[in-house]
Amino acid sequence: MTGEIASTTAFPNPEREPKNYLNAAWTVRSWLLTVDHKRIGLLYLAGISFFFFLGGAAAVLFRLELMTPHADLVEAETYNKLFTLHGIIMIFFFLVPGIPGVLGNFLLPIMIGARDMAFPKLNLMSWYLFMIGGTFTIYVTIAGGVDTGWTFYTPYSSTYSNTYVMATAVGIFITGFSSILTGLNFIVTVHKMRCPGMTWFRLPLFVWANYATALIMVLGTPVLAITILLVALERGLKIGIFDPRLGGDPVLFQHLFWFYSHPAVYIMVLPAMGVISELVAAFSRNRIFGYKLVAFASLAIAVLGFLVWGHHMFVSGQSLYAGMVFSVLSMLIAIPSAIKVFNWTLTLWRGEVTFSTPMLYSIGFLGLFTIGGLTGLFLATLGIDVHVHDTYFVVAHFHYVMVGGTVMAYLGGIHYWWPKMTGRMYPEGWARFSAVLVFVGFNLTFFPQFILGYLGMPRRYHVYDEGFQVLNVMSSAGASILGIAYLFPITYLIWSLKYGPKAPANPWNAVGLEWMTSSPPPTENFTETPVVDFEAYEYHRNPAGAHG
Amino acid sequence: MNTEFQIFPDAASTAAGKVDALYLFMVVLSVILSAFVAGLVLYLAVRYRRANKVNRAHVDHGNTIEYVAMAISFPILMGIFIWGAKVCFFLFRAPEHAMPITVVAKQWMWKFQHADGRREIDTLHIPTGQPVKLTMVSQDVIHSFFVPAFRTKQDVLPGRYTSVWFEATEPGEYRLYCAEYCGTNHSRMVGKVVVQSPDDFARWMSGDAASDEPPAETGRKLFEQFQCGTCHRPANEEGARGPTLENLFQSRVPLAGGQTVAADETYLRESILRPAQKQVAGYQQIMPTYEGQISEEGVMHLIAYIKTLGAPLAAKREEPKTPAPATEPAAVEPTAAPATKDNAANESEGNAP
Amino acid sequence: MSTTATLPAPTAKKTPVVAHHFDDWTQQYDACVLGMWTFLVTEVMFFGGAIAVYMIYRWQYPMAFAFASQELSAPLGTFNTFILLTSSLTVALGVRYAHIGESRKVGWMLISTIALGAIFLGIKAYEYYTKFEHNLAPLLNLPFDYAGPDPGPTKIFFGLYFGMTGIHALHMIIGVVLMALYIPAAFRNEYRDGNSLGIEIIGLYWHFVDLVWIFLFPLLYLVDRSLAAPV
Repeated sequence: MTGEIASTTAFPNPEREPKNYLNAAWTVRSWLLTVDHKRIGLLYLAGISFFFFLGGAAAVLFRLELMTPHADLVEAETYNKLFTLHGIIMIFFFLVPGIPGVLGNFLLPIMIGARDMAFPKLNLMSWYLFMIGGTFTIYVTIAGGVDTGWTFYTPYSSTYSNTYVMATAVGIFITGFSSILTGLNFIVTVHKMRCPGMTWFRLPLFVWANYATALIMVLGTPVLAITILLVALERGLKIGIFDPRLGGDPVLFQHLFWFYSHPAVYIMVLPAMGVISELVAAFSRNRIFGYKLVAFASLAIAVLGFLVWGHHMFVSGQSLYAGMVFSVLSMLIAIPSAIKVFNWTLTLWRGEVTFSTPMLYSIGFLGLFTIGGLTGLFLATLGIDVHVHDTYFVVAHFHYVMVGGTVMAYLGGIHYWWPKMTGRMYPEGWARFSAVLVFVGFNLTFFPQFILGYLGMPRRYHVYDEGFQVLNVMSSAGASILGIAYLFPITYLIWSLKYGPKAPANPWNAVGLEWMTSSPPPTENFTETPVVDFEAYEYHRNPAGAHG
Repeated sequence: MNTEFQIFPDAASTAAGKVDALYLFMVVLSVILSAFVAGLVLYLAVRYRRANKVNRAHVDHGNTIEYVAMAISFPILMGIFIWGAKVCFFLFRAPEHAMPITVVAKQWMWKFQHADGRREIDTLHIPTGQPVKLTMVSQDVIHSFFVPAFRTKQDVLPGRYTSVWFEATEPGEYRLYCAEYCGTNHSRMVGKVVVQSPDDFARWMSGDAASDEPPAETGRKLFEQFQCGTCHRPANEEGARGPTLENLFQSRVPLAGGQTVAADETYLRESILRPAQKQVAGYQQIMPTYEGQISEEGVMHLIAYIKTLGAPLAAKREEPKTPAPATEPAAVEPTAAPATKDNAANESEGNAP
Repeated sequence: MSTTATLPAPTAKKTPVVAHHFDDWTQQYDACVLGMWTFLVTEVMFFGGAIAVYMIYRWQYPMAFAFASQELSAPLGTFNTFILLTSSLTVALGVRYAHIGESRKVGWMLISTIALGAIFLGIKAYEYYTKFEHNLAPLLNLPFDYAGPDPGPTKIFFGLYFGMTGIHALHMIIGVVLMALYIPAAFRNEYRDGNSLGIEIIGLYWHFVDLVWIFLFPLLYLVDRSLAAPV
């Protein structure tokens, strides 16, 4: 797999290449037993990409089905399994581990001037846990699927469903530990491994963002673990915990589930925000406006994120007063998010803007995340949520933040750091074209869903009323454009590994420790330990911007 | 019904206008803010393109502008919250004297019963201008009762009652959807609410379609079948082994631990299915549980019967206002009056679901 | 959470081995201790979730939980608590001996801790066995013979009892296995230089496992013992 790519990436003159982490060893064993955080980042890249396309394939199938109001392509049971697997794979095997696993692992130690993470072997174990959990999911997919929805509401999941709930639960449980260990590693690394001179307020905002994310991973994921365990005990050992026939409370499951799953969405979006900070700074050649507030905003989002889970449950039978508490707290989260969008925008002011591919993705992010965030306000508003809860309005909202937000940021980051990770440049023309195509396809897919939601089309519907067809066809058309658009990057990025021009240490003339070492970096990251005496994003101290 | 393309849903309830007003305000606000952000981003990105020669003198400006932004957005957010909460209070608080309808949801159908006993499946007839309150329970998994035209929704739970209310304003047929994923045929668990003018509704109610006996009458038969009267005696009797059920509904019940609890439908249901949970002060805990022996519909019928027990004045006060035409006062009499002695095979209510 | 209080000066014979990615011993020590504390925070959230579920159901069904709790053996639970507290003492002594370089005594303390842990687990197994014998284990559709009036919530109590003590026992087993791995090194005199990092880490973990039991014991065993049994 990855070993093969490495060995066929024939640098023009392998003997004359300086030693870097890629050509340090060629064997499959050296990849599968690596403790180098950079290689682990690439291992994650392979796994993440695989799961993204698997989850995407499920989406292609059900968007095809949804072109017509009737059941043409698949039966109801199959449809239910398709949307369930799409949700599980995209959330647990792409969005949650994605940016932290790939970009976080690769960059965090370099950005703080360290040689590796605090616990390199634990880092490798995180990847294996991720892959083992993913294997369970693949098994479930092949064996017959699971149809509970990614939210696993009881008592359907614990008592009534006849599908592979247990295997899915075990897979997610295992992957949860991957998340916990990654978070633990990030926290200890940022606290203990910073190089001399790297104070907290000199850290790149990408580090702040991943640190905040790690706090959520460490505090929230264990609650998901115990919740899944209780459902598994109920299903496997027939211990009734959420069974209403025993006096159990199915709504209690919802509280436990959302206590993790709401903070989880901030696990998915905070690292993306960290990426955007880096991209906007680099391609406006300007320090991020209001650096400290952006850093604190990441922490504020992490903390507030734990207080709002009940906004998923306004009509669940929860009391109106509880609903009010959750509604007002949910409004508050808008503030740090808005500060960030504002500050990124103002970073452009008096900067030197270039419309490179990462910048295009960032601009797209700013627009789409704004829409996604504002529609989140709709959902936090009690009077509106009662109507649009469990409709396509919610589906549109979270895809705007997750895809229009996180995926765009992820792609922008992959492009930005691709030269650093691989030592190759990608073709800029194709990349810009793809970014625009993704933006167009995305909006065509998901904007009609806001309208569908307010009209009342519920989520997870296999067949629907004919009046909804026009908007569904628009959405499916957009999905086909989006699907094709995603094929471009995977193609030209792989192409660039062999045919792309070799990248210099600092192709973007950016400021940051990662640009002060070679592309690709040596295994120990730096030839000697850096000593930092400059602020983050100090584009104005040295007008040319390039360090060493 | 819903075969035509629409951009905006029909508005057919007293709540619809309120929800729509809030929604449209949010849409306008969002459009303005999104346009502002997009416009600012594009403007700045173009103006400060690297090729442009513009003033790029680096200025340190402090955080004033962010604090101002926070100071402006906080009251706006609170205002939106308050407005949303007010609308939600309206959505969640049923008026008194709403017409009661009971709903039992199961995979994958909706079973309705009107106060006069009339049953419907997947279709619900209601009149305009009359608040209607649904008391709902599920027989299996969680469902959700959703009528987009009414702008209201409520999850239907197993093991507990939930309720939703609405007052229809426009005659017509409106889609009813299940809005909580409930298994294979979730997307087929749809129905319709048929809203009629009061006259048409009255005509429909007095028609001969599925005119069953009133729920309280069915409840009385269950009461006799399960011999509840052995322990639950009339109020004026002494030495009864269980508390009296007369005037029980909506009274306050003193419990053995010292607290008191309100005897609403949920309490009554729990007392039938899990009596040991709340021991009434002054009585031994000897009531057996009827879990598994009485269906959810049966419990609702028993509750309807219990509501009629007690002084005629009390019954009159609690009797919901039905739009039954013409002979009004007579309809208010408690249906607890011993009816026909036939227990017969009217329905298998006593059997487990 | 002391980070530097116990650091010995390395002797001429043997300096502590510092992993390649750490700059010095202090950094490695601090990082590992912070890592274990962070891990324990995740465990707090994990058990906390289970305890929250228990507390919610106990608040909802006070009578059923009280009477079900009386089926558990308070004497055995108390004895087990005493055993586990003592095992925390022995592991703390082990850390102390590691600080002062008494490597063999570290080994004996580890053995004692494991022995006490084994006694705890043995008693727990016996308790489980009695529950199964009396048909009070509502697992796998086994018969449930509860004479009381409220079988439903009672089953929830026992389900939570087995679930929570089972997960706790699993954590104990893992702790026992990890401690056993340190024993050969202890008897090879590897702790003579006061390098106590490994023992401290496992000690922290064991103390946490003990602390969880301190919560589980009163919650499960000591609920409303004064209430009269149901009729």
